[in-house]
Amino acid sequence: MKTCLVVDDSKVIRKVARHILETLDFEVREAGDGREALDSCMAAAPDVILLDWNMPVMSGMEFLRALRESDIAAKPKVVFCTTENGMAYIRAAIEAGADEYVMKPFDRETLESKLQIVGVA
Amino acid sequence: MSHSAPVRPAAGGAIGAIAALLEHRTGQQIAASRAWRLETSLKPLLRGLGFASLDDLVAALAMSTDGRLAEQVVDLLLNQETSFFRDTLVLEMVADAIAARRAATPGRRLRIWSSGCSTGQEPLSLAMLLEERGLGPNAVDLVATDVSGAAITRARAGRFSQFEIQRGLSVLRMMRWFESDDFDWVARSELLRRVQFRRQNLVSDPAPPGQFDLVLCRNVLLYFPSDVRRAVFERLAGALRDDGLLVLGAGETVIGQTGRFAPTPAWRGLYTRTPAAR
Ligand SMILES: C[S@@+](CC[C@H](N)C(=O)[O-])C[C@H]1O[C@@H](n2cnc3c(N)ncnc32)[C@H](O)[C@@H]1O
Repeated sequence: MKTCLVVDDSKVIRKVARHILETLDFEVREAGDGREALDSCMAAAPDVILLDWNMPVMSGMEFLRALRESDIAAKPKVVFCTTENGMAYIRAAIEAGADEYVMKPFDRETLESKLQIVGVA
Repeated sequence: MSHSAPVRPAAGGAIGAIAALLEHRTGQQIAASRAWRLETSLKPLLRGLGFASLDDLVAALAMSTDGRLAEQVVDLLLNQETSFFRDTLVLEMVADAIAARRAATPGRRLRIWSSGCSTGQEPLSLAMLLEERGLGPNAVDLVATDVSGAAITRARAGRFSQFEIQRGLSVLRMMRWFESDDFDWVARSELLRRVQFRRQNLVSDPAPPGQFDLVLCRNVLLYFPSDVRRAVFERLAGALRDDGLLVLGAGETVIGQTGRFAPTPAWRGLYTRTPAAR
């Protein structure tokens, strides 16, 4: 079973994502900000991370940079999942090393197809 | 390729009449088990016109003289479900087959027809794949058709909602081939220009002129009755070169449907015209 870490400061979004991911047969872990996510990745790297952009403590972008610089051996795939839907944001995320990008709001089909594209579903 | 029994006109006043209209115009039958959807699909139209029930709509259809109302009704009832890179592996194989053919006959411009293209995601996905393999407008022509005028108008505009653009399309391809405009995403003209969209009814209109190397007819034939399906296979065969290839939807086959096509060993899941049919 593949593991997905859902990183979002909104409990509701985490719940919705968890629900969809569980129907896609993922084991789901949650983090409320980038810092928590980093700790979680250090403990055990997930297969894929669903990453919000704007969060307190540590943003998605800061987390992504830290993750890419870290010495976590098996680098998880990173799918940004955010309300930022401008081309400039998308480009910045890809340049920082994101593998895919989901613009909120998302539905099951969107999430499933993006996870297929990064090769985890 | 069988589905549950279709709604018959006798099935029930208004629903039967509307199902008959759809079948008459497009060959598409509505499975009885899905008949309830018909009313749901037409609800916005009923509300917009101030009609209380389907009976009012049927009465208006009977009185209407220019066919525009019927066209609106049909557009709402057609299943136009599609997405970018639907069945990616099949589309990749199509691009491989076209690339191989181009390599074998470098001077000849190849021709592809996407029939029942809905709002354009299928031919646009192919156009992207072909470009990525170096097969630009000088190498391949793409023609895409649908019976629905509304679908073709949308396809020509190349404008997709946030939901549509994210279904099946990778972010890299989205960045490469689309521009954002408010909440929509619009195909860049270099992509849109690759596909010639036109309206065509597979049941009653001739195929686009000329002969094709490959025809896609995916997720269209499913709701045709078997005699109509056979006739459409005939039309598709007539539009193909002798060595042309046919591509159906994931759950569809020619086996037991027509003698005009047979599976080709060269490309798994693709079909060629049978020798007898030439
Ligand atoms: C379910 S969509 C499939 C779209 C695309 N080929 C795909 O596989 O994603 C079926 C399309 O066939 C079109 N269609 C239905 N009857 C047709 C007919 N008689 N002639 C041409 N197109 C037809 C519908 O309007 C609709 O856009």
